[in-house]
Amino acid sequence: MSDSTLIGLHHQEEHHPELLHHFAEAQQQRDAASLGMWIFLGTEVMFFGGLFCAYLIYRRAYFGDFGAASKSINATLGATNTAVLICSSLTVVLAVWAAQTARRSLLLISLVITMLLGLVFLGIKADEYKDKFEEHHVPGASFSFDHVPIPGHPDQYANPRHAEIFFALYFIMTGLHALHMIIGLGLFAWLLFMAWKGHFTPEYHTPIEIGGLYWHFVDIVWIYLFPLLYLIDRHP
Amino acid sequence: MSMATATIQTVERENYLNKEYGVGSWLFTTDHKRIALLYLISITFFFFIGGFFALLIRLELLTPAGDLVQADTYNKLFTMHGMVMVFFFLIPSIPAVLGNFLVPMMIGAKDLAFPRINLLSWYLYIIGGVMMMHCVLTGGVDTGWTFYTPFSTAFTNTKIVEAGLSIFVAGFSSILTGLNFVVTIHRMRAPGMTWSRLPLFIWAHYATSIIQILGTPVIAITIVLVAVERTLHLGIFDPKLGGDPLLFQHLFWFYSHPAVYIMILPSMGVVTEIIACFARKRIFGYSFVAFSSIAIAVFGFLVWAHHMFVAGISLYSALIFSLLSYAVAVPSAVKVFNWTATLYKGSIHYDAPMLYAFGFIGLFTMGGLTGLFLAALGIDVHVTDTYFVIAHFHYIMVGGALMGYLGGLHFWWPKISGRLYPESWARLAALIVFLGFNLTFFPQFVLGYLGMPRRYFHYPQEFQVLNVLSTAGATVLGVGYLLPMIYFLWSMRYGKPAPDNPWNAAGLEWMTSSPPTTFNFETEPVVTWEAYNYDELDKPRREEVKVVG
Amino acid sequence: MSDHSKSSPLKMYFSVWAALLLGTFITYKAAYIELGRFNAAVALIIATVKALLVALFFMHIKGAHEKLLKLVVISTVFFLFILLFLSMADYGTRSWS
Repeated sequence: MSDSTLIGLHHQEEHHPELLHHFAEAQQQRDAASLGMWIFLGTEVMFFGGLFCAYLIYRRAYFGDFGAASKSINATLGATNTAVLICSSLTVVLAVWAAQTARRSLLLISLVITMLLGLVFLGIKADEYKDKFEEHHVPGASFSFDHVPIPGHPDQYANPRHAEIFFALYFIMTGLHALHMIIGLGLFAWLLFMAWKGHFTPEYHTPIEIGGLYWHFVDIVWIYLFPLLYLIDRHP
Repeated sequence: MSMATATIQTVERENYLNKEYGVGSWLFTTDHKRIALLYLISITFFFFIGGFFALLIRLELLTPAGDLVQADTYNKLFTMHGMVMVFFFLIPSIPAVLGNFLVPMMIGAKDLAFPRINLLSWYLYIIGGVMMMHCVLTGGVDTGWTFYTPFSTAFTNTKIVEAGLSIFVAGFSSILTGLNFVVTIHRMRAPGMTWSRLPLFIWAHYATSIIQILGTPVIAITIVLVAVERTLHLGIFDPKLGGDPLLFQHLFWFYSHPAVYIMILPSMGVVTEIIACFARKRIFGYSFVAFSSIAIAVFGFLVWAHHMFVAGISLYSALIFSLLSYAVAVPSAVKVFNWTATLYKGSIHYDAPMLYAFGFIGLFTMGGLTGLFLAALGIDVHVTDTYFVIAHFHYIMVGGALMGYLGGLHFWWPKISGRLYPESWARLAALIVFLGFNLTFFPQFVLGYLGMPRRYFHYPQEFQVLNVLSTAGATVLGVGYLLPMIYFLWSMRYGKPAPDNPWNAAGLEWMTSSPPTTFNFETEPVVTWEAYNYDELDKPRREEVKVVG
Repeated sequence: MSDHSKSSPLKMYFSVWAALLLGTFITYKAAYIELGRFNAAVALIIATVKALLVALFFMHIKGAHEKLLKLVVISTVFFLFILLFLSMADYGTRSWS
């Protein structure tokens, strides 16, 4: 911990334009921002945690139905999307590194590629949603999941009510995840704009760092969503 | 105690209140003290809305027959009373008003770490509040503040989704306040302000913030699930469609039980400050009081299913939750014993804040001990969903949280407003609140034990005497709440100007002017002393007395 | 953070990236092999390793100059575990009596 007793002693020594009035020094402001983002991610963990709790309980109770429903989603698209997100996480760390080492063009390129990969992810996601919509797997009035056998039990059909719970959770979890992606894209558009205007220096690039933290977190959520939603009971 | 040492300046110094004027300077302020005042005004509004519903409930219960309102209206009354009071008064009460005002000052900072987020959290609160008021005015909700499924999602035709979303938005206000506090306490402490020198008010707010940060998102997602289930007629919580209503209760209480500690922990922090000051002593067992706050926050997350003992959860898990619920009593008792030990041989002053603190200790102890009754499986079966539960949680949430809030408001009012409130009126009000409170809620313990269930608008004849007592008490209590509001407003204009440290209290907030300047301190303070150094503070005075006498 | 990047961390970033892609591939392939109840275990273990890789190296938990961030992560995971474990404890033991 940077010793708090030292804060304030070198009060006027540097005054970066980005330093807000109530902070004594830039390091304090940086540390505050990064701690704030980490704590915010803590709330996000608990936000998704409630959904994971519901998921676990119903998966345990209705394993066969969940397996059947999960099998109807396109796992290859899910795996592709996982890879897309992992690549975008790489470009995010590259962006942070570029900002730290004052590589302006690498920073801009990394941010642009990150956003493009984010858009690819959302595009694939939309395609998946379209399939589900056409198959009447979207929960609600037109939902139908009749005569779908349970994996491993070809003579048994999945209970459509229980499958509907799976799809409800699928749409809420991936939908909230996609919403986070869209917010992330907005955030990165702003970062790109700031980077373009040359706001970031090796001394001041906190927005890139904490924006990156957010993006990585959204990636981690997907790392769990992929096996839990797409790969419940795949083997023949 | 008086302001004998004060030097009252005739020319008003520049402070956070008179620095700028105009509506814009308030609505777009990032000063934590001004935001605290914005909160003070808005939560007082909601307190009176919630109180109005309580008044109607008590009036209806004056007679055994359901005569004042219809059954449906009654259901809405207690629901809206609960929702408004819990989410729009109690949860923001101390953290958002006193915490906002005091946390930066107590640690010697110029502001919270994220002043703009602080303002944002007030706006979120107001948006949530406007949605809630719209919901109230256009029909309200009749499910009880717990909006249990499947009633809330499949049966009632009241405005569940709108009320839920208003709580969702207000919840984010609460999360952002907690986040701001944790970062501020970690990053913004003045030189020398180590963790072991922090006022216990700060420790209490730190613990509260942990709950706000980690608990609130769970209710947020639960509300999303309820809203989705209700709009699309899904079966996430509806047993008819394969869902499990107990899952809703698990998720709901995972937040809503710790939420009680969001209300009570800051109050404990306030009481600790007041007791040390008016007993003129160091707090007995500083580190025990500090860590008991953290322990309450952590244990508070392990006990939620004691709200579900009769709902059909597993017997084995009920046993565990019962045991864990007893565990929360330990850190709470540590606090009560430490306060009492602090009073021992203290030089006690019976000023209004101290009266509230005494009230807090008594009422909180009653509320806490009856909580242990409810944590015991056998007794819980007998008193679940009776007025015993109502009385229990009002002893904690009103007797505890509200007493601390009022005590704190009195204690720091000279700092907040720069004026002294009329002390004798304040003592009278504290007494009225205490008596009124007990008259209102003690009969409810008896009623509940005799078997009167909650949430009914009529009742058998034999319960009338106790209900009349309770309603009479509520009237007294109402007077007790109106009084401070009147004399606080009065004092803003006619009160004597307050000296910087009217109580001769320890703590950085008293070492700056009353009211403080926008950045709190003229020069950044450097802390070289422990918290509650009352023996040192009083030393010069004692020597003075010796010389004179 | 800055003193860790004296030597270029690029190699580390790319190896973590490759490990993450490999993990995804294994998860995907393993799901099609009959492992009984271990299918879920394998998937979750790999997911957790991947999440740790991202948190430690991409989010710089590993090189963080103070323990506080680790504390935030650990306590969040602890409370998440409480939520999942204590609710599951109810569902898991309901049929016992």
